Amino acid sequence: MFAACADPKSIEGLTWGFCYLTSGKHVDFYWSFVVVLALLAITAPAALGMGFMGATAARSHIAPISWLGKIYIWMVRGIPDIIFFLFFVIALDQGLEYLKSLAVCDGGAWPWQGLEFRVCQEAKVPLGASSSGWHQAYGFGLAVVTFAIVFGAFVANVIYGAMQAVPHAQLETAEAYGMSRAQVFRRILVPQMWVYALPGLGNLWMILIKATPLLFLLGVKDIVYYARELGGSKTQAYEYPHGDWRLWYFLGLLVFYLVFTSLSERVFARLSRRLSKGQATSGGKAMRKAAA
Amino acid sequence: MKKLLLATALVTLSGAAFAQDVVRLGTEGAYPPYNFINDAGEVAGFEREFGDELCKRAELTCEWVTNEWDSIIPNLQSGNYDVIIAGMSITDEREEVIDFSAGYLPPASSAYLALSADADLMSGPVAAQTSTIQAAFVAENGMAVVEYATPEETVAAVKNGEAVAVLADKDYLAPIAAESGGELVLLAKEEAIGGGVGLGFRDSDDELRGKFDAAIKSMKCDGTLDAMITKDEYFTAAAKTWGDAGKEGC
Repeated sequence: MFAACADPKSIEGLTWGFCYLTSGKHVDFYWSFVVVLALLAITAPAALGMGFMGATAARSHIAPISWLGKIYIWMVRGIPDIIFFLFFVIALDQGLEYLKSLAVCDGGAWPWQGLEFRVCQEAKVPLGASSSGWHQAYGFGLAVVTFAIVFGAFVANVIYGAMQAVPHAQLETAEAYGMSRAQVFRRILVPQMWVYALPGLGNLWMILIKATPLLFLLGVKDIVYYARELGGSKTQAYEYPHGDWRLWYFLGLLVFYLVFTSLSERVFARLSRRLSKGQATSGGKAMRKAAA
Repeated sequence: MKKLLLATALVTLSGAAFAQDVVRLGTEGAYPPYNFINDAGEVAGFEREFGDELCKRAELTCEWVTNEWDSIIPNLQSGNYDVIIAGMSITDEREEVIDFSAGYLPPASSAYLALSADADLMSGPVAAQTSTIQAAFVAENGMAVVEYATPEETVAAVKNGEAVAVLADKDYLAPIAAESGGELVLLAKEEAIGGGVGLGFRDSDDELRGKFDAAIKSMKCDGTLDAMITKDEYFTAAAKTWGDAGKEGC
């Protein structure tokens, strides 16, 4: 990358360290932090959306919709995450390719043949000819969908509980004022439920951050993959030979996660204070007392 | 109409839709000098150079993909890539689930790496990578086997005393022993296991296998394969080569 690093075997000390830390593979490693942060940035709102829909469906007065919501929450909550992650990536990928093969392949043969899953070349997602960037983006997309489905169910449960926690008298009063069911939901229930949902959502956010190493299982080259790959001892076959440094790389990840979760905790504490303002909860009451 | 819409959506999703065939080569990327990820973050090693040469001769566009060793066969079968090129020995067990090309590396010996030359292999577990011929060999020969997912971990297990020795391809272990500064040594005892290294294909991919077989044969015929095997950075001049046996029927 830099001119001074052209011949890694002949340099020493600080220059070696500098060149080592700026090697192509390390740059990939630094990028993988961006990948993890991007995953969180996309997954969190997506899971919140899934959860909101799940909770709303579970509370629905129309029985089939309510069952759908409840079955979703029940299934995802009852199955170990890791099985979902292993299952979904294969199921989504093969399901997508099967659907596409129905549309673009002639004959439409059943793709599950013995040990093999076989669809015509045109039905591959992404196509075999697509650049590796597309393959990576596709893998990342599958990961986002899987995370959103799994965490959405937990969010749904938290929001469902929070909706139940809003004092019933408030809803009845609103109805007595002549508001329709949708208006009560929009104006009274949703604005007030957040304060009840926040502690649960905060927990889920922490769990989501800590679940990002699962990306590695999904075939996305995340920070754990690179830490293991870079830390492993390297013989002279490599440009920068070194011993087993995995401990240091994992220590780095440990610090990264700790700093990240600590920052998140602070943000949630502030958010909680803001949402408690004027609420009929003990937190809100304490704030009013302090002000008086 | 519905199908058309679905197809359009999926084609957009799958990116550039060019009909040109690309062959995806799947490797592990953790087993120097066979294959590894170099410091630039690219697949390197003997199999990189060899695979690129094969694709040139077979006039195919190839792309490299890395995959964990554990799931390298299932992911071939589900179509994530088309060829396994990962130092995989040809065995009857594997022949049942995938097809192999002709061998491109002659059967090589496996060696034990231990902390001292007089290590007793019966005194404790011997480390090997999961689903390798070495792991099966250790188990079949009455030694206790302890398996790890990556080659790196098998060596680490010997260093920290979890295993008395590690059994792996000698070509992988020799540089590690040489560079350990005397901490790790190769035992005198070696094992001849495996039937040579070949490319792995799906059972249904006979056409593609034929193309690669022809390319391998042409590399054996003009001696480029032997020259590549004996390069210093790969298996050195001491390595077993195909020699005249490879030139039969040229």
